[in-house]
Amino acid sequence: MLDQDFWREIFQSINKNRTRSLLSGFTVIFAIMLFTILFGLANGLNNTFSEAFVDDAANSIFIRSGRTIKPHRGLQSGRRIQFKNKDYDYIKSDFNSKLEFISSRIYQNVSASFRNEKNNYQLRAVHPEHKFIEKTIVTQGRFLNQLDIKNRTKVIVIGDLVRQDLFKNEKSVKGKYINLNGIPFKVVGIFKDDGGDDEERKIYMPISTVQQIYGNNDFVDQINLTYNKELDYDGAIDFGLDLEKALKERFIVSPNDQRAVRVFNMAMQNKGINQMTSVLGILILIIGLGTLIAGVVGISNIMIFIVKERTKEIGIRKALGASPQSIISIILAESIIVTTLAGYVGLLFGVTLLELVAPSLETYFITDPSVSKTMVFTATITLIISGIIAGYLPAKRASQIKPIVAIRNE
Amino acid sequence: MLEIKNLHKSYPIGDTKLHVLKGINMSVEDGEMVAIMGSSGSGKSTLLNIIGILDEADQGEYSLDNVKIKNLGEKKAAIYRNKFLGFIFQSFNLIKYKNALDNVSLPLYYQGLKREKRTERAKFYLKKVGLLDWSSHLPKELSGGQQQRVAIARALASEPKLILADEPTGALDSNTSRDIMTFLQKLNDEGKTILIVTHEQEIANMCKRIVRLRDGIILEDNFINQLRIKV
Repeated sequence: MLDQDFWREIFQSINKNRTRSLLSGFTVIFAIMLFTILFGLANGLNNTFSEAFVDDAANSIFIRSGRTIKPHRGLQSGRRIQFKNKDYDYIKSDFNSKLEFISSRIYQNVSASFRNEKNNYQLRAVHPEHKFIEKTIVTQGRFLNQLDIKNRTKVIVIGDLVRQDLFKNEKSVKGKYINLNGIPFKVVGIFKDDGGDDEERKIYMPISTVQQIYGNNDFVDQINLTYNKELDYDGAIDFGLDLEKALKERFIVSPNDQRAVRVFNMAMQNKGINQMTSVLGILILIIGLGTLIAGVVGISNIMIFIVKERTKEIGIRKALGASPQSIISIILAESIIVTTLAGYVGLLFGVTLLELVAPSLETYFITDPSVSKTMVFTATITLIISGIIAGYLPAKRASQIKPIVAIRNE
Repeated sequence: MLEIKNLHKSYPIGDTKLHVLKGINMSVEDGEMVAIMGSSGSGKSTLLNIIGILDEADQGEYSLDNVKIKNLGEKKAAIYRNKFLGFIFQSFNLIKYKNALDNVSLPLYYQGLKREKRTERAKFYLKKVGLLDWSSHLPKELSGGQQQRVAIARALASEPKLILADEPTGALDSNTSRDIMTFLQKLNDEGKTILIVTHEQEIANMCKRIVRLRDGIILEDNFINQLRIKV
């Protein structure tokens, strides 16, 4: 039944009745186009949200310290809390199972020079794992490693913009030395960062080296970590709260003191955003599905009209020996083909439109609105199913046409 | 070839029933050319529809080529129509968007014949009705007479046992009517059994037997001297 002749029959019918086919296709084109655009815009909104936090790993927790603002257990307020290496060690050992990566950080401003070029940059003294927390992309050479920490080597990894500032057009900087406040440091790597220009004007140095050279102490400004990815949002939020509580006890700080120990947990923010985007997604899905259903109803209506128009032809076919099944299958196949083709055209229109307007939409917090391959695949399957649904009732009705009635119908 | 016994048929009209056929008995042998005559409402079209397996009788027996036609499903009815019967209609009933060749091939498509075989046979019958040169023309590009001849070729293509014609000349002028009838006579000479429903005496006179219906019963059933027109 479904052989070459069958398809020839279908395509002849579609091709010879172009107005009719176009008419029925139009509804679907429109529905799918709307669906695609809505989906793309929703994706664009999502992209904006996730891009806002692309600078750092999504599972980051930053711990900072300050002065106490409340007296606690006999200690006065205004006391300065200073993290040290042992606090880093404490978190690393006591919360090990909940950690992914951890690094301390010290900030330092340095003036850097290479030959005649000179400029001021922020120096970040870190552990090797900092690379994963900050999502640093090493483009040349290597990042800091454990050996650098152990030996307090005088090496640095510089941002790409630092390289451009100081080295101008020289691409390879391996083995070159930069003077920082008068001390030469060997450049071992160059990095990029999605966080923007500011992030690429930084210099990374082993934390142990900085502690020795710039202070000769074991002070730490900040401790950054990423939590174990197996934790869900609630687990991660609990972890952050536990961490804050433990540190406050460790430094004898009132649990209500908001300044002395500050834990900034991305999980809190992500949870909110995640909820918002999923609500948005559901909303878009409902609207999209509604549009699709309207399209299916539209095409079903047109198919009913088409069957009415073709009543006589169907009657003739039946008089000539067409079985009810063969009538159902030609009407259904036509409906599926028209729906699928029209759907693809709609998808194409939608995607093209999205591509065209995408640049001007960034003002409205919509970044790179696009549809995925999965979405295209799902849409195709949905279309075929819609075609079947839209065509089935009219086809069934057509198969029940009595040839005498049909032929008499002038 | 065809055997009808005590056939009844009625249609519901509102609350009442319209009794259209009130006990028809007739038989047709191989090679006959029969005209079924009667005024409108006499039941002649209903009879033809039942013979054509387009409709089913309420009561009575009907067998075609020794096969009982009763309680066929839609599917079986379709197969029987395709195998046993060739239809010719008053309004030709060609499919508008198919050319002459495709129209003639259609019953062969439903017989499940291969495309080459279909084309070959369709061409043979188009040649038989003298329209081989018009194969690729759409119905609207043909005259009424030509359209009816394409329809005849289509009826012949499936090589049926019986040709059923419902007012085959009803939409044609008298000259063309005569042409078509002469052609049907020729087919009959070649051995085809033909049943024609008509209300025109002239057309009936060109058959070999006339069955007259009135109010759902057979009024007369006579063999006649066939009128032949020399061409």
